[in-house]
Amino acid sequence: MAKVSNEELLQQLTAKLGDVFTNEGEPFGLLTIETCRDNIIQLLTVLKNDLNFIHLTDITAVHYPEKEKQFAVVYHVHDLAGGVRIRVKVALATEDVHIPTAVNIWDGANWMERETYDYFGILFDGHPDLRRILNVDDMTAFPMRKEYPLEDPNRIDKKDYFFGR
Amino acid sequence: MSDIQIVEAPPGVEGSGFFATRLDQAVGLARSYSLWPLPFATSCCGIEFMATMGSHYDLSRFGAERLSFSPRQADLLMVMGTIAKKMAPVLRQVYLQMAEPRWVMAVGACASSGGIFDTYSVLQGIDEIIPVDVYVPGCPPRPEAIIDGFMNIQKLVQTESGRRRDDPSYRDLLAKYGIQ
Repeated sequence: MAKVSNEELLQQLTAKLGDVFTNEGEPFGLLTIETCRDNIIQLLTVLKNDLNFIHLTDITAVHYPEKEKQFAVVYHVHDLAGGVRIRVKVALATEDVHIPTAVNIWDGANWMERETYDYFGILFDGHPDLRRILNVDDMTAFPMRKEYPLEDPNRIDKKDYFFGR
Repeated sequence: MSDIQIVEAPPGVEGSGFFATRLDQAVGLARSYSLWPLPFATSCCGIEFMATMGSHYDLSRFGAERLSFSPRQADLLMVMGTIAKKMAPVLRQVYLQMAEPRWVMAVGACASSGGIFDTYSVLQGIDEIIPVDVYVPGCPPRPEAIIDGFMNIQKLVQTESGRRRDDPSYRDLLAKYGIQ
């Protein structure tokens, strides 16, 4: 069976869904599309049920401080039988980081969404148990946001006065 | 014949049929050569510790033949490796479960200061949560360095005056960490 090309995939998606997503190019051959949060569940459902993208590889997020909508939630899904991958992005504004949960499509989305919440503070509406998964429970910040300093503030041995600065 | 060396007796008064010395020195001598370490190994420094316990370096030569995997029966907590902030309460609990007298050795850069992991998820040195007696530098330290650290613990044990737990400065130190 020939591998489905990105063009064919785009045509199939457009035939099923119409105009709910935009093509963001294919860096390194990985087809990337962007949609909005109202359509993401419908898009993922079509990908899984109709186009055989049965495997959810990852859910994560990216923080772009320079963009108007600073957060992008990224879904990687994989057609295991066909050997095709696709990436779906949803941009979210800082003051409104809500997005519907994908737990009802893939059970595996549970921990991925918890991790994304843990690190970026993205709120997945409808998630059964949205709490921190990797970091300590009493952490107040979302450490992968760019405004959060990478280095631990408790560390004193790197202070400038030790180096005559 | 093997060349067996025996530790020297502490200074004292010797006569025919008796030997008198200070109790704390005799106790310190006995304790220092029968320390039971608890290896709290979380990463690569723990691998160096395995070499330290192995036949080539053999920490048992210094009286630490018997490792204790229960904090209740351990004298020396050897923390070897990166301690994540999520691990910190566990480490503190292990320390609290140890009975006095107890000593702590921070082996390697991570346990001493966080090492290269200057980041939100890693404890920047275990002395943020428990008092430390000896720091062993290195990333990871060689077995010789771990043995050197252990011998420094032995010196502390030998020179301790009576019960450290009754010492006001030791109590103040523990109080700083919120430990009774």
